[in-house]
Amino acid sequence: MAQHQVNYASAGGLPVALTTVDHLVNWGRSNSLWPLTYGLACCAIEMMASGASRYDFDRMGTIFRASPRQADVMILAGTLSKKHAEFARRLYDQMTEPKWVISMGSCANTGGMFNTYATVQGVDRIVPVDIYLPGCAPRPETLQYALMMLQKKIRRESANMKKNTKSNLRLI
Amino acid sequence: MRKYTPKDNVQKKAYYTNRYHVVPSVPTFAVESDEVFAKQLEILKAKVAVKSAKIMLGQMIVEINAEDNFIALETLKNECDYAMLSEMSAVDYLAKNGNFEVFYQLLNLKDVKRMRVVCRVAKGQAVESVVPLYKSANFAEREMFDMFGIVSNNHPFMKRILMPDDWEGHPLLKTYPLQGDEFASWYEVDKIFGKDAREAIGPENRDQAKIERYDTKRFSRVGYEVPFGADISKGETKTEIEYSKTLLVDYTKNSGKQLDNRK
Amino acid sequence: MQQPNKLTPFFENLNFERDDNTMVINFGPQHPSAHGQLRLVLELDGEQVVKAYPDIGYLHRGIEKMAENMTYNEFLPTTDRLDYIASTSNNYAYAIAVEKLLGIEAPRRAQVIRTMLLELNRVISHLFFVATHALDVGAMSVFLYAFREREFAMDLMEDYCGARLTHSSVRIGGVPLDLPAGWMVNMRAFCDKVDYELEHTYNALLQENRIWKMRLENVGVLTPEDALSWGCTGPMLRGSGIAYDIRKEEPYELYSELDFDIPIADTNDSYGRYRLYMAEIKESTKMIRQLILKYDGTEPQLMAHAPRYISAPKEEIMTQNYALMQHFVLVTQGMRPPKGEVYVPTESPKGELGFYIKSEGEPYAYRLKCRAPSFFHTGLLQEILVGTYIADVVTIIGSTNIVFGEVDR
Repeated sequence: MAQHQVNYASAGGLPVALTTVDHLVNWGRSNSLWPLTYGLACCAIEMMASGASRYDFDRMGTIFRASPRQADVMILAGTLSKKHAEFARRLYDQMTEPKWVISMGSCANTGGMFNTYATVQGVDRIVPVDIYLPGCAPRPETLQYALMMLQKKIRRESANMKKNTKSNLRLI
Repeated sequence: MRKYTPKDNVQKKAYYTNRYHVVPSVPTFAVESDEVFAKQLEILKAKVAVKSAKIMLGQMIVEINAEDNFIALETLKNECDYAMLSEMSAVDYLAKNGNFEVFYQLLNLKDVKRMRVVCRVAKGQAVESVVPLYKSANFAEREMFDMFGIVSNNHPFMKRILMPDDWEGHPLLKTYPLQGDEFASWYEVDKIFGKDAREAIGPENRDQAKIERYDTKRFSRVGYEVPFGADISKGETKTEIEYSKTLLVDYTKNSGKQLDNRK
Repeated sequence: MQQPNKLTPFFENLNFERDDNTMVINFGPQHPSAHGQLRLVLELDGEQVVKAYPDIGYLHRGIEKMAENMTYNEFLPTTDRLDYIASTSNNYAYAIAVEKLLGIEAPRRAQVIRTMLLELNRVISHLFFVATHALDVGAMSVFLYAFREREFAMDLMEDYCGARLTHSSVRIGGVPLDLPAGWMVNMRAFCDKVDYELEHTYNALLQENRIWKMRLENVGVLTPEDALSWGCTGPMLRGSGIAYDIRKEEPYELYSELDFDIPIADTNDSYGRYRLYMAEIKESTKMIRQLILKYDGTEPQLMAHAPRYISAPKEEIMTQNYALMQHFVLVTQGMRPPKGEVYVPTESPKGELGFYIKSEGEPYAYRLKCRAPSFFHTGLLQEILVGTYIADVVTIIGSTNIVFGEVDR
């Protein structure tokens, strides 16, 4: 969090902050990441736990939204089955730009232990993923760390999303 | 020589079995050893032909003809107080006997007794639906149809339940491989992006220990980095990992001055 | 490729505006209050539901197929992912089914630990039920309070087995670990805490809450005949006035030695079921207190002695040649249970959880069927939702307490 301290020109006594537009926009984007509640399986329970009392996600500016139109980041928490894949992609399409995806748990990353006919072997076959989060199920601390990593990534990006196309692997 | 794998059962097999290995069986008892079960079996025998009956691990197992399943369950429900159908499904014996074994697991809440009604169904043969007796069979019969392809006659809504409607194949058949067939492996790609996208997305990776040495997009190195997406088939250019430098502020002096320069 | 910006919905054979003045709406499969991936297609006449059609299978992972391709011990961690809110109850239901098939029994200390873990899992699951049910109905603060207590229970599970959610804390033939030092003290403190909070937080917030009662009373009425016919078990059955609890009627583990009551509710509605869940938490803590006393004086053996099926303890494997050989065979080839079939019911927090295992004497089960309570409770929705108002749909789904890991398997 300390990375966002705006370097006030306070030494000179001026109430003026100097920054770039990129920094300012990314500061706003990274500190109010609203995830879509996309609970699919077991990991959804840990996602709820990280939003609940002990782990308290809200202090990071992370407020779960039920509508894809209001969300910035999609946390795909759990096993994505082939029957559901279509809907996951549709919800991803409905989210407004800029948008990011966190793939939470082994099942979402690679299919995990469910190496079967009914499971999508990694959600990156469906949507572009920014952060892969290992564990079965990952602890709430892991999800918080992943979100902080995503914040770091956003801060490095250019505020103009068109400039980011290559480095972000947004191929599909 | 290539190892022969039977086509009618593609499930995993024991890779080695001692040739002196004798398979023991769970002990079974005659139905007469239990009073309550014996009485119920008598009532059932008056209505339908009972092929065999035994008690295994405290539960009665009665085998009947597949055509009699509705009458048998009706008798058991109305005359023997089997008020609940706990579970029903099938077992695939196509490779062994050429038929399915359909079982109905029943519960008698009054006498606290559980029994299983078993019937054999040939491939393509339908069973009579028991939804008028037990509504819990509604979903269970649909699941049986989905997983084995056994149709229940007079079911109110005989459609797939767990798999999508346009799915091909019945997953719990022994001929269906665990990791799915060709149709299953491309299902989500075909559905979302169309068949043209198959090439761009590529086949599924089913090998969980797969490592691609020259892939610099998805695999990282331990202790050093190579540029993202670089071609390293002719040799690697090693770069030491640059850990992100956090902005350190010396609060003790109350000056707010940065200790290191952030780039 | 599908056109996401197209405004016309593309459900295969559903029309939103229909000639007979009813409207079809789609609920899920991704809906914050659908408890997972439930898709409901509701036909509405104004605000009233005319027809409900639950569509499941969005979390189908092929667990039963996996069981046919895995040895018995390999499959055990997969059962964690069935009812992922109370994992140990699944582990136990699977382990006891295999144990019945093998004809072995866990030693006394393992039984005490298992029963204690089962009851702890019941508390976890019921607290989760209260949290999500209240959240769905609109009482946000209860969610935060219930998760606070639930985290303490998770800490206890973590102290025991190292995992928060996917425990795998029961093995075929016993338990892998003894209780850590000081665990009982924490457990007793947790029981006191839960009992206190039950009285002073949940009951104070919800029980006589006017809005809570208005939302729940006479909503989701399930008659005893329907409950039996739809295969409802557990709190859904007892919420309809039928006092059938497998722990009491067909006791397993140490339940025959414990002194506990079966709470029932005869109002048949969601409010009665909520009261029932709260009463069950109290019974569980009562049982855990009794089990703490039973732990002392038991032999330290944790796994059953059955060299054909169960590996010897680690010390024996490291020191004795025969134990090492047995262990090697059991790990590489897997145990081979006798030929036969078994169905063992257990009372999981959601209802009757049973595993039907058909063994052909091979290391892989020939067929494994998981009788999941939530599967049948989901089937019930197509009847119980008819005639209710759309605002009550969420209450009823919350009240049935379904978990999609075990509905779809």
